[in-house]
Amino acid sequence: MSGGTTGQVMLVRALQRPQEMALFSGQQWDHVIRLARVADLSARLGFLAQRDGVWDQIPEAPRKYLESALRLADRQHRELGYEIQEIELALRSLNIPVVLLKGAAYVAADLDAAKGRVVSDVDVLVPKTALPEVEAALMLGGWASSARSDYDQRYYRTWMHELPPMQHLQRGTVLDVHHAIMPVSARIHPSSALLLSEARPLQPGSCLHVLAPIDMVLHSATHLMHEGSFEQGMRGLVDLDALLREHGSAPDFWPHLVARATALQLTRPLFYALRYVGMILGTVVPQDVLAGLDQAHGARPGAWRLKWMDAMFTRVLCPPHPLVADRWTPLARGFLYLRGHWLRMPPGLLTLHLLRKLWRSPSQGA
Amino acid sequence: MSVGVTPRLVQAVLPDALSAALCSSGLYLRMDPFVVHVRSAIPIVADGIKRLYAGHACWTEGGQFADFHVSVRRKWRPSRPLCLFEMDGQQPFTPLAYGEAYAFLEWGLNWCITSYCHNWITLHAAVLERDGRAVILPAPPGSGKSTLCAALMLDGWRLLSDEMALLDPRTGLLTASPRPISLKNASIDIMRRRAPSAVMGPVALDTMKGTVCHMQVSADSTARARELATPAWIIFPRYVAGAPLTLSARAKADALLHLHRNSFNHHVHGRQGFETLADVVERCDVYDLHYSDLDEALACFDRLSA
Repeated sequence: MSGGTTGQVMLVRALQRPQEMALFSGQQWDHVIRLARVADLSARLGFLAQRDGVWDQIPEAPRKYLESALRLADRQHRELGYEIQEIELALRSLNIPVVLLKGAAYVAADLDAAKGRVVSDVDVLVPKTALPEVEAALMLGGWASSARSDYDQRYYRTWMHELPPMQHLQRGTVLDVHHAIMPVSARIHPSSALLLSEARPLQPGSCLHVLAPIDMVLHSATHLMHEGSFEQGMRGLVDLDALLREHGSAPDFWPHLVARATALQLTRPLFYALRYVGMILGTVVPQDVLAGLDQAHGARPGAWRLKWMDAMFTRVLCPPHPLVADRWTPLARGFLYLRGHWLRMPPGLLTLHLLRKLWRSPSQGA
Repeated sequence: MSVGVTPRLVQAVLPDALSAALCSSGLYLRMDPFVVHVRSAIPIVADGIKRLYAGHACWTEGGQFADFHVSVRRKWRPSRPLCLFEMDGQQPFTPLAYGEAYAFLEWGLNWCITSYCHNWITLHAAVLERDGRAVILPAPPGSGKSTLCAALMLDGWRLLSDEMALLDPRTGLLTASPRPISLKNASIDIMRRRAPSAVMGPVALDTMKGTVCHMQVSADSTARARELATPAWIIFPRYVAGAPLTLSARAKADALLHLHRNSFNHHVHGRQGFETLADVVERCDVYDLHYSDLDEALACFDRLSA
């Protein structure tokens, strides 16, 4: 683990066994707060400290930053609740399921993963056939497409799995409307129809849904492992850990996980996600599930490839901070950035897209 | 004397040792309620710290908690040298001219507080205290707030902050964070004339705010930084050239809206924050103060606090 520095070890200990926060020294807190800040995990630590009754044993100097982050997260959740209501108002007459994804879903469904989690944008999944009506209804509700150029508009609409981000004209909030969880141009295509068919309404009669527990875990795993940028990688692991603990306690979760991953073509990202959440956060996955996953089609990469991926992922799935970087960290970040793009589009398109971004970046920051 | 792991006052450390610490592993500096770890190889920064934080404790790496790890470093440009503020690797600002390096450190620290300290309601206002009662001076730039604030401090008021009120959302009490007062343009000379012995920091010319120079905080303000204060007055000062002094009551509802707008993080504190502010306004006497003569203004504050 990148040298196993104090900060990283302490941060993981605080996440795994919050009671130990009562024993941290000043210097340990110094490292933990710095890492938690860049990883957006301060509020989560604050929540865990309060939940496990060690809040009062934390020295005031570091504790005020946990409190500060908790207040901010609390406020974000309140605003998110309001935003979700507005989205429902705008879309409920369409009679389609609107599935909240990621942070918005965790908060709306009041899951443990939401506790102390930073949320900003809202992501929703809707049936592809309904995209034009959804976009029109959102525009009537005050959201406008924020993609700046014709190229961006065309790129999103042709190759991506979402509309260009929409921003509310008055509130400034950003909404990402997806019709799939992977880009059109990507190598794997998890069926949106399958995901939508199992989605659960938030309340009886509401158009707002969340993914079924297994699908929620698979999406969290895929999102984490297929990203090109891992600035939020540690937080992604923490999400996944919380989802696995909460959903994993239901009797029908583990027995169906691998079969569902196979049906959705998501065995590889599930393999990596369970591997690294176990290696880094110590999340316990039943042995028979791991054994089943090893046998599943396309799940386990070859031995050399896995060694390489271990070296890469353990370097990026930690807070992006010099305290936990070694000489190979920049290489790992660069490699996984390219891999993220590689998984999202075929080589020709990738070359054109990256050239385009390079060409445009100085003037437009694209 | 060199800088070591045990805290000693900045003024007790040899200037070269201080610069050396700033250049290498960095200097831990107590500026209540924070400890800041500063690194900088820029001579103006070392000079500013030596002068303005002379009475503050400092030490090198001692395995303690620091609230913020910041640096101001030179950025090489063929045209003109620039400097860059970093907080733990983040660069929240575009680079500034090299000569502004010290001011950049102070502005950067303000950013750290407004970004990470939502445990308080942070208000853009100067705060001073006398006999246990604090006055909050919310005012836009150009209203003469800093000048008045510096004059009040020289007159014996304890400075809590010249920029930012830190209000506890639960108790409505003010936490002090006394740091050098940022003087701009004409007020630099005004203060030099009024207090020839006051310690001034490096002068930064042609900043976005004009000429900027920081003034050292009174020893009493530094020594009593950990004392909380109860808000007693909210005064909206405005310097109006040639005008006679007027002190007039201001509608409390209006003052509340103004304070709320002046808060850096009212969005975070929401309803509780609004109610705390309403409570503070309710308990305070609220005035508009128009003045052109500093001595008249000081006399007015004397009468208020008598």
